[in-house]
Amino acid sequence: MAMTITEKIFARAAGKPSVQAGDLVNAKIDLVMCHDVTTPPAISMLKAHGIDKVFDRDKIVVTPDHFQPPKDIKSAELHKRLDTWAKEKKITHYYKLGRAGVCHALLPEQGHIRPGEVIVGGDSHTCTYGAFGAFSTGIGSTDLAAAIATGILWFKIPASMKFTLTGSLPTGVYSKDVMLEVIRRIGTDGALYKAMEFVGPALKEMSMEARMTITNMAIEAGGKSGIIAVDDATRAYLDGRLKDKSDYTVFESDPDAEYVHKDTIDCSALEPMVALPHLPSNGQPISLCAGLAMDQCYIGSCTNGRIEDLRVAASILKGKQVAIRTIVVPATPVVWKQMVDEGLAEIFYDAGCVISAPTCGACLGGFMGILAAGEKCISTTNRNFVGRMGSPKSEVYLANPATAAASAVEGKLADCRNYL
Amino acid sequence: MAKAHVYQRDHVNTDEIIPARYLNTDDAADLAKHCMEDLDTEFVKKVQPGDVIVCGDDFGCGSSREHAVWAIQGAKVGAVIAQSFARIFYRNCINCGFYPIELHGALEKINDGDELEIDYQGGTIANTTQGTTIAFTPLPDFAIEIVNDGGLLEHIKRQKEKGKGQNDR
Repeated sequence: MAMTITEKIFARAAGKPSVQAGDLVNAKIDLVMCHDVTTPPAISMLKAHGIDKVFDRDKIVVTPDHFQPPKDIKSAELHKRLDTWAKEKKITHYYKLGRAGVCHALLPEQGHIRPGEVIVGGDSHTCTYGAFGAFSTGIGSTDLAAAIATGILWFKIPASMKFTLTGSLPTGVYSKDVMLEVIRRIGTDGALYKAMEFVGPALKEMSMEARMTITNMAIEAGGKSGIIAVDDATRAYLDGRLKDKSDYTVFESDPDAEYVHKDTIDCSALEPMVALPHLPSNGQPISLCAGLAMDQCYIGSCTNGRIEDLRVAASILKGKQVAIRTIVVPATPVVWKQMVDEGLAEIFYDAGCVISAPTCGACLGGFMGILAAGEKCISTTNRNFVGRMGSPKSEVYLANPATAAASAVEGKLADCRNYL
Repeated sequence: MAKAHVYQRDHVNTDEIIPARYLNTDDAADLAKHCMEDLDTEFVKKVQPGDVIVCGDDFGCGSSREHAVWAIQGAKVGAVIAQSFARIFYRNCINCGFYPIELHGALEKINDGDELEIDYQGGTIANTTQGTTIAFTPLPDFAIEIVNDGGLLEHIKRQKEKGKGQNDR
């Protein structure tokens, strides 16, 4: 029976010869991601139910990131609960302050993501890891508690949607724009319960960082997961990086596998996109919205806070001054160090930006760049819901790092192609 | 008798249900004070125990924060009826022992302020204001078991007590 890559991963994890969309299975979990907001409640639940053990201390990765370092007393209490538990359970991969980073940038960078595996995390953007040919999805705290304790969760096998990316990205257009276009086409619930599979020649030109931006935002279309099959770029990224050096399993969709939806995106025809408030599906080409005044620029997050993103932003900000407050947030300590080593930090400083420590920070309205009523922010993040970055009367505009940097220079939505 | 609080909206997201500025706690009573705050600041003042939230499509989209379900449960909301639910929120509801009611055309069938009686076993909602009875799509049996047990962890515990693990389901 023909299967998609997602079905093959689940067949392996469920110990069955084959599965198909709609089947309910109990799947073995290969990796569990834990952070400071959703894990402490899971720990409390386990305690309340008298469950003391973790299924495998090597397969749980812990990093505080949302309110990192703690922003107030209550979040410090959350961190303390996480810290006490991680130490008590002797969690092998616990990234503490100084090595902690935005989880979805940190785990791939530190070599925890392996193709063919089933990965869950207490965060909706856990779908990011699908860029490595893994099934990966976000779960709530109760599922997280169950996964931590048993290493098994029930899943309904998702039907798959296939998005073929053709052409090649024009100057000023990035994988972020491709995904904003996909979400514009299908809406924020267009992929509800579905696995979004990305294929096509345009992917070949994209780095793993760029691919992660695509799978990261699968949830913004309601998707259960986003997935991209392994190729040479994947192998090159993983080589020398994986913590577990044993062979990983590479799955591919069968040519006659079933898809409930197919679409083709001609990347050559795309413009830089901006998703207007208050939905990620409100994407518009920059040519239709340039000129709108902004109050803040935010460059960071699990979507676009990796070194490539900072390089793009720096290439535009070099030798210029920002016209609005601009916050640069390297997603991990390694990215932070690279930023310094490559001279990007100096460019950001000279341009008048503030540089933050790695954190999810203001992306989710936590801290480090909260918006006042009436303020508008051009942001490289993933959500522009009402109140997402602060006041319910503020507005968030989602874009790629080049558009964000160009808009920072002009103080209004700007076409990055004028700077590249 | 439960009163319907109808929001003629699709994509009511977890940031509106419980804004991230309150995620520095996981205490349901604390979270309940801010339930639905960025959608309707008056909600917590007018909601009575057992009342029902009614919305359009894709309710609960966005973050995986189970805090959204805890805030709703903490505010003593009896049920959420939506035309469709976002996946993680839906699963979180079941895991918390809270029955998410999926009802196609909910916004045409229920008006703000309508009095409702929900029969979970029968899968029907009596709209006593309008004098109608509306059938909804029941949860799959295994999910009803989890809800009836009071959530996933209770369910796992009971299954273990019965001598059969989660594996055997």
